[in-house]
Amino acid sequence: MFKKTGIAALTALSLSAGGAFAAGAEGHIEDVAFSFEGPFGTFDEVQLQRGLKVYTQVCAACHGMQYVPLRTLGDKGGPHLPEDQVFAFAEQFEVFDPELDDFRPAKPTDHFPAVTSAGAPDLSLMAKKRAGFHGPYGTGIAQLFKGMGGPEYIYSLMVGYHDAPECAPEDFPGSYNAAFTAGGFPEECKDEHGHHTVPGSWIAMGQPLWGDDVEYDDGTEATLEQQAEDVAAFLMWAAEPKMMARQQAGLTGVIFLTVLSVLLYLTNKRLWAPIKHRKDS
Amino acid sequence: MSGIPHDHYEPATSGEKWLHSRLPIVGLLYDTIMIPTPKNLNWMWIWGIVLTFCLALQIVTGIILAMHYTPHVDLAFASVEHIMRNVNGGHFIRYLHMNGASLFFVAVYLHIFRGLYYGSYKAPREVTWIIGMLIYVLMMGTAFMGYVLPWGQMSFWGATVITGLFGAIPFIGDAIQTWLLGGPAVDNATLNRFFSLHYLLPFVIAALVALHIWAFHTTGNNNPTGIDVRRTSKAEAAKDTVPFWPYFVIKDLFALAVIMVVFFAVVGFMPNYLGHPDNYIEANPLVTPAHIVPEWYFLPFYAILRAFTADVWVVMFTNWITGGIIDAKFFGVIAMFGAIIVMALAPWLDTSSVRSGRYRPMFKWWFWLFAVNFVVLTWVGAMPAEGIYPYIALIGSAYWFAYFLVILPLLGVIEKPEAQPATIEEDFEAHYGQAQTPAE
Repeated sequence: MFKKTGIAALTALSLSAGGAFAAGAEGHIEDVAFSFEGPFGTFDEVQLQRGLKVYTQVCAACHGMQYVPLRTLGDKGGPHLPEDQVFAFAEQFEVFDPELDDFRPAKPTDHFPAVTSAGAPDLSLMAKKRAGFHGPYGTGIAQLFKGMGGPEYIYSLMVGYHDAPECAPEDFPGSYNAAFTAGGFPEECKDEHGHHTVPGSWIAMGQPLWGDDVEYDDGTEATLEQQAEDVAAFLMWAAEPKMMARQQAGLTGVIFLTVLSVLLYLTNKRLWAPIKHRKDS
Repeated sequence: MSGIPHDHYEPATSGEKWLHSRLPIVGLLYDTIMIPTPKNLNWMWIWGIVLTFCLALQIVTGIILAMHYTPHVDLAFASVEHIMRNVNGGHFIRYLHMNGASLFFVAVYLHIFRGLYYGSYKAPREVTWIIGMLIYVLMMGTAFMGYVLPWGQMSFWGATVITGLFGAIPFIGDAIQTWLLGGPAVDNATLNRFFSLHYLLPFVIAALVALHIWAFHTTGNNNPTGIDVRRTSKAEAAKDTVPFWPYFVIKDLFALAVIMVVFFAVVGFMPNYLGHPDNYIEANPLVTPAHIVPEWYFLPFYAILRAFTADVWVVMFTNWITGGIIDAKFFGVIAMFGAIIVMALAPWLDTSSVRSGRYRPMFKWWFWLFAVNFVVLTWVGAMPAEGIYPYIALIGSAYWFAYFLVILPLLGVIEKPEAQPATIEEDFEAHYGQAQTPAE
């Protein structure tokens, strides 16, 4: 949707919509050292709570999060809000209840509302559906330690609003973002091979965060970077709420299977020793 | 059942005798698990057990996922998120299933390449090889349809592209494509039949696996020397072999445990590493993703499919000679399926009288080039079809066919094989020293 709007608005500037996807369309992604990276990474509850605040007060104005159940805000390994706060938080949303045939305040068993504004993509899986670091073909094994770069992408998008590059004509509509690549891109900013000379592209979404958009309960200073990091962390949790349970299960599996491997290795060695005419059985 | 002489099951108690005279199933299991196995098998012979485990893993996790999944275009994507968020342990089961497919293909490729190097496909194991190729093709079909089920963008567009291949068949292509899809485009009917078949085919695979095992239990395992087990007497056979249980069961379980360490690390710490982020966007027929890339295990064949463009002279010639019936698109489809067919015909294309690549000085080089070529094709299949990549893909595809159609038939004639050991026992003892006491 987002993409389409951006492209449609800029057809005049860009000869073909497909051109925006051509080789050389790179966004500028900043690497952020999130607490949840790596095999032993964990979500920072307080950071998720801050991110929730940014989401609720800024993002939720246009975006939805239809796959995330409100009750999971109380989950361990997530924002871990106390039960009464989850109830209070849920009540601010209105949901349609087919049984009442009317709207009522949301309960923890309901989900976050779906998209409320046309063209704004759902954010439930945003941290997983955008990759800052590209697949197995790009950064390779580094993904084990850094992840796919979804939250980095969100962070970079939030702090990536800049003045339009000098090469661009002055009368373009919308905003320019150094991390976004799916929008229109002016022909003037391509070299003779069609490669982009500046990162990013135009974006339909206006700059959402400026700094001091919210007041944090824990006294953290709400700079642009801080808010961007917090909301990126929160959206990572929203996309992968069971991450900590998964990593724990993975680690348990690795440890147990390593022990099992050692035992089987010794068993195998001893079993084969007479066959291999070894005396060390 | 087995052709190699060995001890058979003797029912001891009256209860065992009672069952054995009515249904000799214990004897069947005994003969299967106690089969004499060449004692010189190396670590490349572990993949069969890994594959059996993968099939079981995929069936068990898949059945659980099917309990919570809804095959409907409006609900499929949400039901997967339901599994990820609400079903107890659902997220882990789904990631096991998702990455289990990748492990399955890692294992099957290594299994196939082991067979290609040691000549496991050669007489008398042609039937084992052909059944194996059938399993491999069914695996690809099953994996492809499974990838459609989450109903993400790559699911939808992958399904559109792959079923479009059938549309390239002249005259009847469109009708076949419509029949496969259950309509003019990928839609609810497609999703439903893919779900149904994705559930069915693993059981067909399981039946073929039983035949695969039955076939090589009849011929006996191949081994790194390619020399046959001596079958004149039980005592002779026992010099070349050890029973599968416990020797190879324990060895294979050890290998499996090591592989599982890596597998659990991937599932636990980087479960989306081999996936495509676009598949977390719900399918949208109106928005085409920038790059439609298949799963990694299809990439070599995807590269072959795309290699034969309209400006390649073979394609132009074929197009001209068939009066335009075979165009570039159909040529690519033929090449892709042909690549698997020539591989399946390897038993008859390889003319060498020597089975194992170990004793074939020229074959070795061509084989390793073939293996490297496979990796190159995988890599180039992931690259956009522009710049130098199509040329690399074309050279790689040409070598694939040349390997089976030219090199294998020719090598058997011109190559002078090295000396082979007389028996498996000789090879084994060259490795591990003479027996101080007679084996047993």
